[in-house]
Parts: sequence; C-alpha cells; structure tokens
Amino acid sequence: MVSEVQAQALEGEAAEQSGATTRMNMIQAINSALDVVMDRDATVTVMGEDVGYFGGVFRATAGLQAKYGKTRVFDTPISEIGIVGVAVGMGAYGLRPVPEIQFADYIYPALDQLVSEAARLRYRSAGEFTAPITVRSPFGGGIFGGQTHSQSPEGIFTHVSGIKTVTPSTPYDAKGLLIAAIEDNDPVLFFEPKRIYNGPFNGHWDRPAENWSRHPAGEVPTGYYRIELGKANVVRAGEAVTILAYGTMVHVALQTVADMGVDAEVIDLRTLVPLDIETIEASVRKTGRCMVVHEATRTGGFGAELAALVQERCFYHLEAPVERVTGFDTPYPHSLEWAYFPGPVRIGQALKKILKD
Amino acid sequence: MPGDRTNLPRLALHVPEPQFRPGDAVDFAGVEIPAAGAARRPDTAEAAGEFRDLAYTLVRVLDENGRATGPWDPKLSPETLRRMLRSMALTRAFDERMFRAQRQGKTSFYMKCTGEEAVAIGAAFALDRDDMCFPSYRQQGLLIARDCPLVDMMNQIYSNTGDKLQGKQLPIMYSEKRFGFFSISGNLTTQYPQAVGWAMASAAQADTRIAATWCGEGSTAEGDFHSALTFATVYRAPVIFNVVNNQWAISSFSGFAGAEATTFAARAVGYGMAGLRVDGNDILAVYAATAWAAERARTNQGPTLIEHFTYRVEGHSTSDDPSQYRSAGEPTAWPLGDPIQRLKDHLIGMGEWDEERHAAMDRELAEQVRAAQKAAEGNGILGHGLHQPLDTLFDGVFEEMPWHLREQRQMMLDEETASGRPWDRK
Repeated sequence: MVSEVQAQALEGEAAEQSGATTRMNMIQAINSALDVVMDRDATVTVMGEDVGYFGGVFRATAGLQAKYGKTRVFDTPISEIGIVGVAVGMGAYGLRPVPEIQFADYIYPALDQLVSEAARLRYRSAGEFTAPITVRSPFGGGIFGGQTHSQSPEGIFTHVSGIKTVTPSTPYDAKGLLIAAIEDNDPVLFFEPKRIYNGPFNGHWDRPAENWSRHPAGEVPTGYYRIELGKANVVRAGEAVTILAYGTMVHVALQTVADMGVDAEVIDLRTLVPLDIETIEASVRKTGRCMVVHEATRTGGFGAELAALVQERCFYHLEAPVERVTGFDTPYPHSLEWAYFPGPVRIGQALKKILKD
Repeated sequence: MPGDRTNLPRLALHVPEPQFRPGDAVDFAGVEIPAAGAARRPDTAEAAGEFRDLAYTLVRVLDENGRATGPWDPKLSPETLRRMLRSMALTRAFDERMFRAQRQGKTSFYMKCTGEEAVAIGAAFALDRDDMCFPSYRQQGLLIARDCPLVDMMNQIYSNTGDKLQGKQLPIMYSEKRFGFFSISGNLTTQYPQAVGWAMASAAQADTRIAATWCGEGSTAEGDFHSALTFATVYRAPVIFNVVNNQWAISSFSGFAGAEATTFAARAVGYGMAGLRVDGNDILAVYAATAWAAERARTNQGPTLIEHFTYRVEGHSTSDDPSQYRSAGEPTAWPLGDPIQRLKDHLIGMGEWDEERHAAMDRELAEQVRAAQKAAEGNGILGHGLHQPLDTLFDGVFEEMPWHLREQRQMMLDEETASGRPWDRK
C-alpha cells in the first residue's frame, strides 16, 4: 500500500506532466521511459547483449529497435568492458548512450571502464569530455538465480567518486528516474530490482505473488516526466523509527511495519549518490531511531555509509544505535535463498531491538 | 592535410543481421561445407605458421554417407565408437529428463547441449582421464563420458541434500575435481585464463598432464578470452582452447562475435597459435583434432585453438524462447546434421550396429536416467520445503570462519527460531 505522503508526492510530481496514464509493470515503465526519451532526443542510443531484435532477456527494450532502427538500438558482442567503453566513446562524440549490462552480476568485467574512465572523465579533462551514459542493470535476488544472477553490487559503485547510483522501487519511479538519469550529463548506474519487475514483492515468498496492477505507483504517465535524482521519497510517514531502504526492500520494509503495527517512517532513497541527506536528517531528528535495510552484503555496504552519516549528523537525536539489516557476508546461495534474503523476520527482529532501547 | 570530403558518401554504421528471423524459410546453402577428408593433417611437430589454412576450412571425417575418410580419420575400434555413441545418447537422454524436471517445477534452471554432444564427448575420449577440463556450462558430456554418476549430477541440479555443492550453485554449474572438471562459473570465459594457468603450472612442474577449456563463440568477445590466448602463446602453455561455435549466444547470432569477418579458429592466427576449424557434429573429427592438439601440447608445441562448428538446437536455457528471434526451421535445416545420427549411420555402415540395437540402447539409457532421477529425488527437489542444512550457508566463504560470519550465522539461526518454522540443521 502507498501512504498518503506518497500519494501526495505522486500528485505533486504528476502536476509537472500532462496527459494520460496507464497501468504498467516496472519493465513496461522502463521501456516507456526509453521510448519517450528516444523520441525526444535523437542522440539517445540503446545497446547491450540481446537488447536489439529480441528486446532484452527481461524484454525491457522490446519494440525499440523496430521503432528507432538498428543504429540507435543494437545488440553488442558479449563484452561488458567493451559495452561500457564503447558507450564512453559514443558519449565523447556527443551521443547519450544507455547501455544495458544483462545482470549486475556481469558488471565486473566493465569495472575499469566505469571506475577509471567514465567516473573520472569530467574531472581529468576539466570538463572537456564527459560521460553522459546511463548503465541499466537488473540486480538483486529472490528469483533463484544463484550467485551469478542475484547480487547487489551498488556499494562498489557508491564508493567510486564520479558515478551516480539510482535504484527505483516502483514503475512510476522507474520511468521518472530513468528519464532523469538519461538526461543527466554524468554517468549513472541505474540498478533495476528485478524481483519487483512484475510486482511489489513484500518479502513473503510463501504467499501468492502480487503484480503492479493494483498498486497506485503502477499507474504511470504515458508521456514525459522526470523524478529528479537525489530526491528521496517518504513512502510512509511515522514517528517511531526511520527506515532507510531502496529497491525491493522498500516493499519488504513497508509490509513488515504494517504486519507489526509499528509507526515507522519509511524512506525510499531512490538515489544513493547523490543522497537526499536533508530528508534523512529531518526524519531521524523526528523519530530518534534509524534502521537501514538493504539486500547487499553487510561489510562495507551502503548501509555502513548511511549509518555513519546519521551518527555524524544526528548523534544527539539518536535514542538507539543505528541498526543495519542486510544480506549476509556470503555469496548469494541458490537453495538457501530465503535464509539469505533480509526478509520480514530479520527486519522484525531488528525493529524489536531498536524500539526496545 | 586532410582531403576534401564533400563528395564522399556519408559514413554508415554496420549492425550485423542474421540471415533468418522467425517466420523465414531457411536455406543454409550459403554455409560453406568442404568435403569430408579434404583437409590435410600436418605433423604435430609442424610450426603453427605452416598450416594457417586449417583455421579457415573444416576438418571433417564423416562424409554424407556416414563413411570415415581422409587423413584425420582416427580409425577407432568399433568398440570405442559404440562407447562414444552411448555417451552421446546418454547425454541427450539426461538432458531431456532434466529439462522436463525443470518444467515440472523441480528445479530452477537447466541447459541442454542438444546437437552439440560430439563437442564434449569427442574431446573426453581423446584426452587422458587425468587431463584437466575447464568447461563452460554446456559440456555436461565431459562428465557423462568420464562416468560421473548421473545421480550426483542430478543432486546438484536439484540443490538437494545429496548435492555435494550444498545447494550453493545454480543448477548445472557442476564442480567435479575427481573427474578433472573445474567448478563452472556463471560468468563467461573466466575459465579460459584459468585453464592457461593450470597448464602453465603443469609445465612448470614438469608434469605430463595438459588442460583443455571451452567457451561459446559469443564469449570470445570477452577480454578473458584474449588474455588467455596471449598468455598461452607467450608461455607455450599445454592447453587446448575449444570455441564451440553453435551460431547463437542467446538471441545474438555469431555475427555479433565477429563471424561476418572471419572464422573463430582464425583468432589463433593473430596469436601465432595453431588453429583448427572442425565439423563439431562429426565426433570423429572432434576426436582427431583434440588428439592432435593434445599431442602438440604434450610435446611442448604449445596451445591449439579449435573452433567446433555446430548448431545450438535448443534454447540457450530453460529461461530462453528461441522462437522469438530465430526461424524455427533452422535446427532441422542445419547442414551438418545430428552428431548422434551421424555416428550411428557410420557404425551401421561398418556393419557394427543396427536399428534394433540402437533402439534397445535408447530404452536402456532412458531407464538408467529414470532410475537415477528417482534416486536423486529421494534426496529432495529444489523447492521451498527442502533445503540444505541451514548453517551450511556460511561454510566455505573462508577456510576458517571469522567473527563477523559467526555472528551472522547465529543471527540467521535466531531468525529461523523466531520465524516459527525452523529448517533442518546439520
């Protein structure tokens, strides 16, 4: 369920755009974002493994090659470093490439082009060259994908100066954030939580899956709109504790606090870098407690950065230590996926702990 | 000074396009198939630069009538040929059964090698049993040819309590050290430089064992492929590189890996390495090429790259639907036929096999697979009810478990108690 706060936020943002809306799942919303932005800007170029004729293994680019032609939507060789390196070069020419890395687990061969090149191009050339690229990549587990189709590597990239990191939690956000990311002149990693492509997974794997058709944020404008990077979304207002989450974990956190009857304020960060620190600070000062939830491994994860920021800025408002709820520091297992996943029980245990102090 | 460009035609970006898409009639007449027996067989001591032509032709032994011909004919005994046939047929029966098991919801994922059985099984017969294999995810035939128990493979596929990988890996990502089979990665071509490293170590230790590795033609685009070839050339590593050119990398045809410009075997030429292009649906050609490359490797002649020209008859995996991007007519129109049928025809032509024996073998293998499946399912299938012992999740991150993992393991066990439905523990 979406709170009144989120409903108001949606309304406010909706005022910026005009025209019709329709029901979309997250894949359709991403596809729509690409379509809208390609239609407006002839320099936007989509590339990646299987993204062309086939339309991507998750179908996110379906129909785009037929509509915009093969020079703007094309398949690539299976070389992630090639995909990102070529995107940097196309960006240097003046195009606005949107490469796809098929799974975030496959992004590591591209690290050098992302970390040493795209992230630093503006800095090292004093603005002469930039890398206005948006790397889309499905991430996260919950689909029995094993250790090579389940990882959440966002913390590796938030650690790198010069890359923006974005992750949506709804179809509405996915479209608005992706348009803003593509139009951004800096490199953006756009991590798509694949577990919620089809519906707002609430962490209860043993219950029937929901789809986006009944979720308010599954109603998406068909036209152009942006959600500015660096703006978090308070998806549930509350007084007892601030929960910072993003992607799939937003829905797991919302369900857990609903089940437990905890008056939590749940903040969907939406953009990790740059971070909406004002929204976080205001909330933690109000609630006096802060819990961070992410699916990625714990040690050195983005939750560590959030915990550090909160204690630096809100120390005298804190009534309990900042809690981190995360995946474990193991590779993502196959059969024990649900023991690994930071689901309602792990969040619930941490909530009890933080509210007790 | 740059010239005047006003009259030049504008640049155009070339984006490869396969010959056939869904709905198209398929005619593979454009695929050049040299006659069986036509390719010469150099002495294994010849320098790589002396037979570059072999990277651009097709080494073929079995002709259209199922006869073995030419200098590459390995002249194997009928008994060995029947064992090869049996391994290929068993691999296909295993694939059929496990594919169906995935469709029945008994596991999350499966990958068949239909039509490519000869690539792995021909190599397995040509290598020594203790040569080390660094496969990709479509060489299950290596394990079957080396007599890995089917039930062990199935336990891994089901991630059940009999899975010695403790349910940690995606189905079919086997690890079988006892059968000289390296742990499969889901990431592409990472095994290539690792095979070179193993081979370099074997050479450095004055061993006699060699390494072999496999990747798909699509994966040759990865940087690891090129790093591996460079290292292997520099150190003359005793390694065999196999590129399984099955024409399709999920939805991308081989043109997206460079096939419009040259062959994959020709990658060897640039490195000054021995390169062979082989009819991958002809198990005698695969065997002969591998044996030749193995002899070179074992006599310090260095690495060989073998392109196996074949066709991926089925989808990439159970997650794939090839009818979305290629013509349904392709698999049957493939001009190099089916590897099992071709070896069967050969054996029948020799008077060493017949339809009745073949049918009896198929029935026997189907029964063998069925029995293994029943035994494996006794250890559980992947699902929400049956699991590895819960605390195995933390085993194997390090040799010794540091404090933070011990803490997290305790957290997980507490969590399960709190959940009210604790899972099995070891």
